Amino acid sequence: MRFGADEPLMMDAGIALAPWQIAYQTYGTLNADKSNAVLICHALTGDQHVANDNPVTGKPGWWLTMVGPGRPVDTKRFFVICANVIGGCMGTTGPASINPATGQPYAVDFPVVTVPDMVRAQAALIDRLGIEKLFCVVGGSMGGMQVLQWAVSYPDRVFAALPIATAARHSAQNIAFHEVGRQAVMADPEWRGGRYLSEGTRPSKGLAVARMGAHITYLSEVALHRKFGRNFQDRAAPTFSFDADFQIESYLRYQGIAFVERFDANSYLYVTRAMDYFDIAAEHGGSLAKAFKGTPTRFCVISFTSDWLFPTSDSRAIVHALNAAAASVAFVEVESDKGHDAFLLEEPEMFAAARGFIDAAARVRGIA
Amino acid sequence: MSLPATLPLTDTESGHRLDFLLVADMVEPGSRVLDVGCGDGALLSLLRDRRGVDGRGIEISREGVNACLAKGLPVIQGDADTDLADYPDDAFDYVILSQTIQATRQPRVVLEHLLRIGRRAIVSFPNFGHWRVRFELGIRGRMPMTENLPYSWYDTPNIHFCTIRDFVELCRDVGAQMEKAVALNAGGQPMRVTLPWWVWNLLGDQGVFLLKRR
Repeated sequence: MRFGADEPLMMDAGIALAPWQIAYQTYGTLNADKSNAVLICHALTGDQHVANDNPVTGKPGWWLTMVGPGRPVDTKRFFVICANVIGGCMGTTGPASINPATGQPYAVDFPVVTVPDMVRAQAALIDRLGIEKLFCVVGGSMGGMQVLQWAVSYPDRVFAALPIATAARHSAQNIAFHEVGRQAVMADPEWRGGRYLSEGTRPSKGLAVARMGAHITYLSEVALHRKFGRNFQDRAAPTFSFDADFQIESYLRYQGIAFVERFDANSYLYVTRAMDYFDIAAEHGGSLAKAFKGTPTRFCVISFTSDWLFPTSDSRAIVHALNAAAASVAFVEVESDKGHDAFLLEEPEMFAAARGFIDAAARVRGIA
Repeated sequence: MSLPATLPLTDTESGHRLDFLLVADMVEPGSRVLDVGCGDGALLSLLRDRRGVDGRGIEISREGVNACLAKGLPVIQGDADTDLADYPDDAFDYVILSQTIQATRQPRVVLEHLLRIGRRAIVSFPNFGHWRVRFELGIRGRMPMTENLPYSWYDTPNIHFCTIRDFVELCRDVGAQMEKAVALNAGGQPMRVTLPWWVWNLLGDQGVFLLKRR
């Protein structure tokens, strides 16, 4: 969806971005009274291909367990929308897009993006699609941040909100991890001060290291041990070198390499930055409850026991604030040893909770 | 789902638990209610459907929370012993603690929170002073196991039993005013209010109290 010079995206950085575009996918059919639209918000390195094969990687959609026919977000019943975030690299305007002022990619001239910017861009898309009110907004991790932001920015346009494995503000520890990743990218000489696209290079090594570091934070110690332990990779004994002796090393290297093939390094900088800046309470005089005051939205918050990146305490903080704001809120902590990644994996308890919440909300909303 | 802490009788006609029907009668229609230890949400949905209340719940078991979600009830997975402190004063018209106080670690603290969070509190609990319980312990010399209290001593969730008299004393200690007190007999029927306390304490299977901060 394209927005011309007359419809700029007003960004928190104080810049009116124009022209701009947002890439999205839809599934299912919008009903006659346009009451069955569900918006899925993707995480840091996700994209709009939530329930279809990814055209870049050829891999299946990233949340087929949650979205699809007969799934909790049932595409036979709901009109499902998923859009690439602003600052992303899968078709929505971002740092790799051409800056009309220079004819070159924006690179680091792209305005710094925030989660509210992402949500504002999605709202413009929803407007264009002629949808006044979303039935439900669903997302995990950074997607969950967008869910919360939707409820804060557009309370009357969100009937139900399902934020999963997320937080109302990014923790110091998480900012620290992101900073390490960004420094890895920027330390790569191929990054060229951000102008690698114009100069025909790619900071693949730096981005791969960033991904390797981040990937560890998505898992749990237990999951790592179960999957890899101290097992050697295709060898019986250590080689007394810095080769990838251990399976976990080989796995991380693979994750890094696979990632750089599909993700733009500058987008990684921008989107991680958006998460770092995220702090809903700070925008409301330090009170998260104030941000949700009088909200008509019904919430269901889900966390995972082994998620140390977005721990249950983060979700409880959201729940406490919603309670203090007298909002309708449900909360489930799912028992899982899979770490932060659990929200993307086969977690029957999460599906049961999501299905129960969504089905009940659909009954109230009168969706067949 | 695991068994609830107690197994009270149900009304054969409506299928609702008799103690729930009694609690529902104590709640003003259209009020805001928090049910602490709401299990599968049976009482909350009864209150919603019959009394039009805006109901919320806290439940410790994931199975219970999921059952509530499926009923469209906003229920938070949490623990009465730790999570009540997070609720603001006077957040609800009623806070209900149904068949749960005997399973909390700090019943007195929990009761004080109920009276702080709600303008009124409704507490129901199995009466450990009932003659059958006394018989089991006093005559047979065994930890009581009855239809209502089906657990053996070593795997029971019920760690702080009290009698109706004990509870009345706790209410006095925390400064709670008893607006209504009902004892249900073994058949789940309310006992006559004119009966003296010691009869309630001997024949009452459950106590149900409507309390107010003094």
